[in-house]
Amino acid sequence: MPEIHAIVGSTVGLHARPAALFAAAAAAAPVPISICKPGGEPVDARSILSVLTLDARCGDELILTAEGPGAEEALASVASVLETNHDQAEA
Amino acid sequence: MGGPAVHLKGIGVSPGVVVGRVAKLSPPPVLPAGLAPDGDPETEVQRTRQALSRVRDELGERSAHAASVAVDVLAAQAAMAADPVLAASIFGKIRDGEAAPTAVKDALAAFREQLLSIGGYLAERAADLDDIGNRVISVLLGLPMPGLPIRDEPFVLLAQDLAPADTATLDASSVLAIVTEQGGPTSHTAIIAKSLGIPAVVACKGAFAVEDGARMLVDGMSGAVVTEPTEEEVSDRVGRLARRRAAVTEYSGPGRLADGSRIQLLVNVGTSADIERAGHADCEGVGLFRTEFLFLDRSSAPGVQEQRGTYRRLFESFSGRKVVVRTLDAGADKPLAFARMADEPNPALGMRGYRTARYLPDLLEDQLRAISRAAMGSGTDVWVMAPMVATPAEAAEFAKRAHELGLPLAGAMVEVPAAALRADHLLRTADFLSIGTNDLSQYTYAMDRETGAIPELLDPWQPALLELVRLTAAAGRRADKPVGVCGEAASDPQLAVVFAGMGVTSLSMAPVSLAEVRAELSLYTYAQCRRAAEMALSEQDGESARAVVGAYLDSLLAG
Repeated sequence: MPEIHAIVGSTVGLHARPAALFAAAAAAAPVPISICKPGGEPVDARSILSVLTLDARCGDELILTAEGPGAEEALASVASVLETNHDQAEA
Repeated sequence: MGGPAVHLKGIGVSPGVVVGRVAKLSPPPVLPAGLAPDGDPETEVQRTRQALSRVRDELGERSAHAASVAVDVLAAQAAMAADPVLAASIFGKIRDGEAAPTAVKDALAAFREQLLSIGGYLAERAADLDDIGNRVISVLLGLPMPGLPIRDEPFVLLAQDLAPADTATLDASSVLAIVTEQGGPTSHTAIIAKSLGIPAVVACKGAFAVEDGARMLVDGMSGAVVTEPTEEEVSDRVGRLARRRAAVTEYSGPGRLADGSRIQLLVNVGTSADIERAGHADCEGVGLFRTEFLFLDRSSAPGVQEQRGTYRRLFESFSGRKVVVRTLDAGADKPLAFARMADEPNPALGMRGYRTARYLPDLLEDQLRAISRAAMGSGTDVWVMAPMVATPAEAAEFAKRAHELGLPLAGAMVEVPAAALRADHLLRTADFLSIGTNDLSQYTYAMDRETGAIPELLDPWQPALLELVRLTAAAGRRADKPVGVCGEAASDPQLAVVFAGMGVTSLSMAPVSLAEVRAELSLYTYAQCRRAAEMALSEQDGESARAVVGAYLDSLLAG
């Protein structure tokens, strides 16, 4: 199954706005995407509540997985949302 | 609309006059006990799906218009309402036979637990989840939407009371004024309204009965609330406000009454960062320099040299003006790491304030020496005062110590009734007195200011507190020595008028309050201030004292 490792880019961590943006990006993807911490239980990336409960901080590594047509592209685009520092983009 | 005019009266806590349409803040829904599923589960699932979308859309809409910080909270909340895992969990519970509202509550509770167990920032998000739950459940039960109302036009927010969660996303662009049926002058509502500069009236009995959408006039100074006001009423209120506003921009410099009588306007300083900032304020000096920040949170006492440096910095910022330094006010409630303090069951009634000098005499000695050295050649008029003095003997002892160390003006803070009642005796040796109204309220009404379980007892308009201020000020006039007021009470413009009428010679407050207080004082003569003081003292409680004085001062501005 295609997977991609990504580092949380937002200084506040994967919280609040960054989490909302990430979940929205995952929901817009053509295939279901899962997210987990290394060794952790994968959760639905479209679910902001599940994403929040990962409690991922800035610099933490996360693993994204997806399956189906377009999975690779979807993972790359969602990972880039994860790695962007949304706090800085604001300023 | 256009119903009859209703005149209501509350406590004005944030000045300003506005007219607008009422939007009511509905209380959170209460789930009826033993709620049974309502019909076919699939219909319930559909209904719940629609309720979730509606909540998501409303929150999303609000986040598009909200200001800065609130945007993030609202966007995250909207995303939560759209969460597919949450929805699946709710729908599963409905299909298992739960009523829709109960299913929403239970599904959210599971996520709530998880967030709380992680703690920190995420635990704070639990309140956001509660808010979503309340909204969805209200839609399902056909109740009005709880939480901040959403309107196309700015509105008058009407509530029973506001909780911190309600005000997190409150912004000045959509709320014209706040009116609450409950709450007091120190309530959360009052603090938020003041900080946002939104006119507000609290403790306004009968207000919540006003219909949503009614036209309402709110006067955040006098506390008057009028529904369906006439044009005349509006222009009258606005006229008074204009006179007050004009006074704010017109006057600067030393405090003066309308007849030219002087009353000194000073500021309170309590942190290192305050020092320079306060120096730029339009004031006649510092009426209360709290020195605790030099002593708390450190493992050893600051030396004379170090203290001297900080005091010097302050004195230089206020060169040519007056600075009243209060010596260390520590105790079991504000413990010092480097001095052993007895563990006391009632810290407020224990070894605190000037009493600590009994077992830490060197600490006071060093502090007075440092102040004296810093004062030398600074060009600043330096006064010192001891916190929480209870007896003439304490005042005398402090004055003697200070005078011996070259500080010519040494006074006492009046924070316990014993000191106010014997102010004449204190003034035989003390060079001046300064009334700390916050502690004086707490000790007069035997109500802990930290918990404030009965807030009206801590209302600075309470006549017993005012009586003690009057006694102290009168003793000051007899002795021809200054008596000031520092503490929250001095920043209430109309209470400042009352204090002026009692013969108080200076008022010390947060710099932000100076302009309003200066302006209000400038509108009345000493005789009018004295009348206001008499009226306040003849009332039975703080609320009526405030109302009577407010109405009297308003009448002086009419026409």
